[in-house]
Amino acid sequence: MGRLRSLLIPGVDQKLLVKDAARLLPDPARRRFIAGGASLGALTLLTGCDVTDSFSADDLLAKISKFNDAVQAAIFNPNALAPTYPESAITKPFPFNAYYDEDEAPEIDGKTWKFEVRGLVENKKSWTLEELTRLPQFTQITRHICVEGWSAIGSWTGTPLRDFLKLVGADTSAKYCWFQCADKDGYNSPLDMATALHPQTQMSFKFANDTLPRAYGFPMKIRVPTKLGFKNPKYVLSMEVTNEYKGGYWEDQGYNSFSGS
Amino acid sequence: MSSLAAGDQSSITGTTDVIQPVWVRTVHWINAVAMIMMIMSGWQIYNASPLFDFRFSHTFTLGGWLGGALLWHFAAMWLLVVNGLVYLALGIASGRFRNKLLPLSPSGVIADTKAALTGRLAHDDLRHYNQVQKLLYAGIILVGIAVVLTGLSIWKPVQLQWLTALFGGYDNARYVHFICMSAIIVFLAVHIALSVLVPKSLRAMIIGR
Repeated sequence: MGRLRSLLIPGVDQKLLVKDAARLLPDPARRRFIAGGASLGALTLLTGCDVTDSFSADDLLAKISKFNDAVQAAIFNPNALAPTYPESAITKPFPFNAYYDEDEAPEIDGKTWKFEVRGLVENKKSWTLEELTRLPQFTQITRHICVEGWSAIGSWTGTPLRDFLKLVGADTSAKYCWFQCADKDGYNSPLDMATALHPQTQMSFKFANDTLPRAYGFPMKIRVPTKLGFKNPKYVLSMEVTNEYKGGYWEDQGYNSFSGS
Repeated sequence: MSSLAAGDQSSITGTTDVIQPVWVRTVHWINAVAMIMMIMSGWQIYNASPLFDFRFSHTFTLGGWLGGALLWHFAAMWLLVVNGLVYLALGIASGRFRNKLLPLSPSGVIADTKAALTGRLAHDDLRHYNQVQKLLYAGIILVGIAVVLTGLSIWKPVQLQWLTALFGGYDNARYVHFICMSAIIVFLAVHIALSVLVPKSLRAMIIGR
């Protein structure tokens, strides 16, 4: 009976099967699949070159990431507020996170530090810490979400960035606020104007009701609860209001530039 | 003996009948590619901040590092979601879901599970799913929807905060996303094992007959 079955049901040639399966896939998907599969493990490590280069998979991924920037900008609701939490929800200790060790964090003298304002603004005067901290401040307890996946709830106090932009006569029709920082190797990051004008985007001078500690970005951090953590620059030295996309420390390495939450 | 004869009869006459229409085969294989890219890049992303006391081997991850994996994940998601929506739309419009996956009952699933375990479950007509298949295929569609929704809730915990809240908040949604992925892996293991045991089902998914 078994022999009868095997006669009636033709056997399947496995090689032909795989060929046919591959043929059913659309071409770009197949190439990306092969590119991705081929970059697995030892091959990449041993040759030291990325096999995806030959297919320009990196270019394609970069283009899709730009497309994702546009999608995120389109679905960004300027009135949607990030959830806020009670003090009891604050994560203790709040993690230090950077691409360097904590003892390599910038040590800034708050008495000599000045915040430079450049680009498309009417008043380009530099601001001392004392001047900045005289502006009206608000406290908000929000969730910091790292690009790595973890999250922590913290309390930040400071001035809404949109109030400051108004104060210095910034052209808020410009595309970006570009921040430069004192981190080693020069940290910088662009912030799209819609997010810069979001009511919760804050120039922060305090963490947990105390002066911002060195670990968290003294003297000033830009706290953006609608963005991933790396879009929240610390140790800020200057801001340029610009229409030009000037890149950023992590953005240039491949993290999605919008990275909105 | 008689049931076998009937089965053989249908496999002879059935050679000209299409078991899997071309649209099912197309979305199936696109989904297979998209799922594999999502899972492998997802494992690399997981490794940046593991939820449990283990990391995935670099051999099975895609992207090389967190930034690369995120690029793959947020590119392949379009393939997965667009293809998935086409599948759901055609599955509903063509009546395939209703015809293939219903009726589905607990007693039927128990009966067919017993039959399968005692080797008495027939696979003669591939166009007809038994109760265990119906449960698995209906279940994996729901898991597929859940893995996309949990993914969205992790990606947009502010813009889609109602969705994130539905999954118990940001941190919890990551666990639910992980559990959905695990369910897909279990399904894949069973699915692939059975397609090897019943090769004509694999053939039907490739050439249609």
